[in-house]
This record gives sequence, structure tokens and C-alpha cells, in this order.
Amino acid sequence: MSFDLFMQYLTNGISLGSLYALIAIGYTMVYGILRLINFAHGEIFMMSLYFAFYGVALFALPWYITFVVAILMTALLGMTVERAAYKPLRHSPRITIMVSAIGASFFLQNLAVVIFGGRPKAFPTVPLFTQVIRIGNISMQALTLYIPVATVALLVGLHFLIHKTKTGLGMRAVSKDHDTARLMGVNVDRTITITFAIGSILAAFGGIMWGMKFPQIVPTMGLIPGLKCFIAAVVGGIGNISGAVLGGFILGIGEIMLVAFLPGLTGYRDAFAFVLLIVILLVKPTGLMGEKTAEKV
Amino acid sequence: MKKSLLLIMMLLLSLSLVLSGCGGSQPAAPAPAAPAETESGETPAADGDVIRIGVFEPMTGANAAGGALEVEGVELANELYPTVLGRPVEFVVVDNRSDVVEAANAASRLIERENVVAVIGSWGSGYSMAAGPIFEGAQVPAVAASATNPLVTQGNDYYFRVCFIDPFQGTVMANYAYNNLGARKAAIIREVSNDYAVGLASFFEAAFKELTGDADAIVEISDYQTGDQDFSSQLLNVSSKNPDVIFAPGNFTESALVISQAKTLGIEIPFIGGDTWETPEFIDIGQDAVEGVVFSTFFDADAPLTAETDVFLQAYRAKYNREPAAVTALGYDAYILILDAIERAGTTDGVALRDAIAATSGFPGAAGIITLNADGDAEKNAVIKTVQDGVFTYLDTVEPQ
Repeated sequence: MSFDLFMQYLTNGISLGSLYALIAIGYTMVYGILRLINFAHGEIFMMSLYFAFYGVALFALPWYITFVVAILMTALLGMTVERAAYKPLRHSPRITIMVSAIGASFFLQNLAVVIFGGRPKAFPTVPLFTQVIRIGNISMQALTLYIPVATVALLVGLHFLIHKTKTGLGMRAVSKDHDTARLMGVNVDRTITITFAIGSILAAFGGIMWGMKFPQIVPTMGLIPGLKCFIAAVVGGIGNISGAVLGGFILGIGEIMLVAFLPGLTGYRDAFAFVLLIVILLVKPTGLMGEKTAEKV
Repeated sequence: MKKSLLLIMMLLLSLSLVLSGCGGSQPAAPAPAAPAETESGETPAADGDVIRIGVFEPMTGANAAGGALEVEGVELANELYPTVLGRPVEFVVVDNRSDVVEAANAASRLIERENVVAVIGSWGSGYSMAAGPIFEGAQVPAVAASATNPLVTQGNDYYFRVCFIDPFQGTVMANYAYNNLGARKAAIIREVSNDYAVGLASFFEAAFKELTGDADAIVEISDYQTGDQDFSSQLLNVSSKNPDVIFAPGNFTESALVISQAKTLGIEIPFIGGDTWETPEFIDIGQDAVEGVVFSTFFDADAPLTAETDVFLQAYRAKYNREPAAVTALGYDAYILILDAIERAGTTDGVALRDAIAATSGFPGAAGIITLNADGDAEKNAVIKTVQDGVFTYLDTVEPQ
């Protein structure tokens, strides 16, 4: 394999991995604060694509306005899901909330089939993001350059939010203990709502980038990216934001390289993610960066 | 904390096993409570009055657009020909959800709950193959509109089709690659979880090797799964072998993404494919990237074949205000063929109806004259089309040998 070809594979891997990373951050953040795996995250991601699609296709809004509106609507959806499916169960056992999360996920998926129909739709692409850039012999879409930058920027932004603001202090307090946080004057419900809003915004941002790269949307599309990004979060150490980014890149690059070097295993590409999950759980159940000393969000 | 996490992992793992267990095919969405809809809106009367025909198609999932196109044809035919033997005909759509496991459930539902006398469908040979034994066991004849895999009708006395089969289609495209594109080395990218794509790829491979007389004429075969979205590695694997042409049979959405990602990677090798590409979504998703791709299909609206073609085209244009897809014409044909057979049989009894369908000869359908051979397949011309300025455009007609 020539060097150029290898670099092209690597570029593709980074491109895919940064998308996984972006969505995994949302997963890990909600888990870090609520100790709740939001199984509806993949469906919230899917809904954000439909919001953006209808903004452009139906209301003919310019893309930048559409994307802002879609991200805000997704945040609203995330908060609604939290209010409807999780808040009433706040004092129930964790397993009850998890079952409720799975229910919310299926509900949203079927709702999308009913409202939007089962036929795939073409996601409107924006040339600014999808134009092809060539560097030497390597070609890529412009968004391959933007996404890692955006991911790092979000990482820094979230770090600032959690460690330097009052809201972030509240989040950290809630993540330790709801009741004590409440006694200390933290508005627990509001903090949780904000957490969900931020998680959903991240899902929407990742979703729109996903739609640019793979311009095809169907109601079932949230499932596999949702599972894979969850795995990315676990591999990195669930609850740890930097870990989610690391996990996303490992998963993306790993998948691409698996197909590149072992073409016979192409059919097992999705299995790669799950095998990785099993190995991590056996060898290092806390994930790569999930040490006890590492800060939970 | 540890315990609950462990529990969650176990749940996720079992879920993942289920998913990879079905060969990566479109994960089964939870069932919408009632996938069947009674189109005419009235409650089915007791047997002996309304004649019910089942329509067995993917209405959701990866192949939903294909199913919708065929249902359009059935719907139109039902509007034009609403009665047979003086009894009203009603069609019942059951969604097989683009999933082979669901396909068997949907087929059973048609037989056991909907009491249909015959079945139309499905788009996607794999679903028809999964349902075949169920229809045969219940002695309910089925007519596929566009399922082209030979195994759909082979060894099944109750399955018929109004289209050609893949050995012919594969040969047509191999000839096109060899003669029109001057290709001597070809590569294949196929949707490996789809029986149709795998079958068509192997017929293309055999025909292309025979034409070139070169056992190594296929330089690379690369696979992907239904629902995959990233094909960059497969494309790089294939292009590094420098083929003259890439044959890429598969579902329309995945194929459109394959071709547009090839353009992103700067791959200029021409793509050719099969009949599944002819859906509006293929062009919507592929946009500029799919310009110039060539594929074989069943029918072209610009070349009317029978008197029925005119009836169909006129009604279709009046209702939808656009040009029909080939599979829509085939869905229409499947319906009028069944009606004709019921009329000839004079009854809706399964065995008599099957014999009447099997005896079909010289029947004028919208997509050409239908004569069924011993396997229950129609032998028809193939039409070669390309994409030009965002529209499917007629190139050539190929007759069966």
C-alpha cells in the first residue's frame, strides 16, 4: 500500500471518527451528570436532520438560519423528552428510567415514520461544507477539516461551562448527589433540563454534519450511529468528555482500517464496534480515560 | 452503580447480537400497530363478495421508495379495473419493512388475517424468497412485479413474475461494459446482505468473464451492508486495482452514496448497475455525481409497447403529473394479470387461479407482452438507461437471446 493511499484511508477514518466523537460527547455528558444513558440520543440526532430538512425543503430558509432553528428545535425536543419520560421517574430505580429511555427511543422512531414517512429523503447539502478539497493526492470534503476543529472547540467550550460557570458548578454538584445539591440551593430540575438541552444541541450539531457527509435521511437512521457513539463513549470512559472524543476517533479510524487491510471482513464492520466494546469491558471496564481520578463532568 | 452499568452493557450486547445476527440488514423498527391498511376504506365483507388481493411490499425501511412505486401502479390499476367476475376487488397493503424476518411475518399476516386470494410483490427479491414457502404452503399464488432473482420462482409452483430475471440482466450489463465501454477489467461493489445484489453480481461476473475470455477479468469484489453510509474504504480498495468499469448492484440509496463518495475521492471510473437504481431518490441523493451512470431496467415511457401501455401512461400522467418508473408499470401489470387469470379461471380458488396464471401467454401488459415460461418468469426485453441532466434517459433496448 502506497503512502498516499494510506493517508487517504487515514483521512477518511478521521473524518468518520470526528463525527462519532461529536455525537458521543452528548451521550457522555448526560451520563456524567445524571448517571443515565439516554438511549433516545440517536433518535434526537435523527429528528434534528428532519428539522433541518424541512427548514430548507419546505420553508426555503437559507441554510445558516435553518441550522440554527433546527438546533434550537432539537434542544426543545430533548428537554421535552426529559420532562415527559425521565422527570416523573427521578426517584425510581435506575433500571426503570433506562427502560423509559428505550421506550422514548422507539416512540420517536415510530413517530418519525408516521409524520415523515418511511421513504428516504435527500438531505440538502451546502457547497461550503461539501466541496472537495485536494491536498497533494488526498481528496476530502471541506467538512472533514471543519469537524475536528468544531469538536475541539466544543470540548474547550464545555470545559469552560462546567468548570468556570455557576451552571457548571450546579451540574457538578448534581452529578455527585441530587439531594445534597438541592440543600445547597441548586435548582436540580433546571440544571438537568439545561444538561439535556446541551446534549441535544450536540446531537443536532453532529446530526447536521452527518447529513452533509451522508446526505440521506430515514427514520431508522438514528439507531446504528446511536449505538456506535454510545460504544465510543464507553470505550473512552463514559462520563468523560475527552474520553468520548478519543473513543470516537478510535472507532472511526478502526472501522476504516479494518475494511482497508482486511477486505474480507467488510461484512463485519458493525461487529467491529461491538467486539471493541466487549474487549474494553473485559480489559478495562472503566474505559480508556475513565480512571477514578479523572474528573467526571 | 457498577451493577447497573453491567446490566446496561448486557442489554446492549444482546441487542447488538440481534442486530449483527440478521446480517446487518435494516434493523427492525418496532412495529407500527397496524401495518395493513384497507385501501377502499370499507370493512371487508364476508367471503364471496369482495375479492381481496394482497400487496406485499416494503413501505418503510431501506427499500421503502421501491415499494411505494409499485403500490402506485397497483393503486392505479385498481382504479381502472375495480371489479372482476362482477365482484369488487380490494387490495390490502402489508409492509414487509425491508427486512427478511418481517417479510415472513407480513406474508403470514396476508394469508391468515387478510384472507387474500392472490399476492403482488415484493420489490426486493430477498423478501419474496422469504415469503415464497408461506404462499406456496397456503396455495395462494403470488406475482412479483420486479423481483429479478431466479430463486424467487424456481421450485415454487405458486410464485410468478412479470419481469425478466437476473441471469439475463447480468448478461445485458456485461455486454454493455464490454462492447459500449470497451471494458476489459471490471470491479464489483455489491450490497452483500441483499440476495438480489449478490445474485446479479455473480451473473454479471460469469457473463463478463466469458466475454473477455479472461478468468481474472474481475479485479476486485467489495461488499457493503444494507444501511451502511461510509463506503470510502471499499471504493479505495476497488480503485487501487484500476478497473475499467465498476458494477455496483444494490439498493438505490446506498448506491447513490457509493457513487457520490467515489466522486469525492476523485475516482473517475464509470459506474453501471441494475434495475433498482430507477427511483427518484437515486437522483435526489446522488445529484451531480450520478450523471452518466448506466443501468438496465424494464420499461421506458417513451417507447410504448402495447395498447395497455397507452392506457397506463395516460392514467398515470393524469393522476401524478409525472413520468412513471418501470416498476410502477410492473406493479400495474401484476394486478391486471391476476385479474385476467381470475376471469379465465372463473373462480378465486388457489389451485385453479395458479393454473390460470401459469397458462398466461401473449398477455398485453403496460410494460410489454407477458408470456410466462415453465418457471413462471416473463421473458422480456431489457431497457438500458442513463442519467442525463438529472433525468432518467433511454439509451437502448436489448432483446433476450
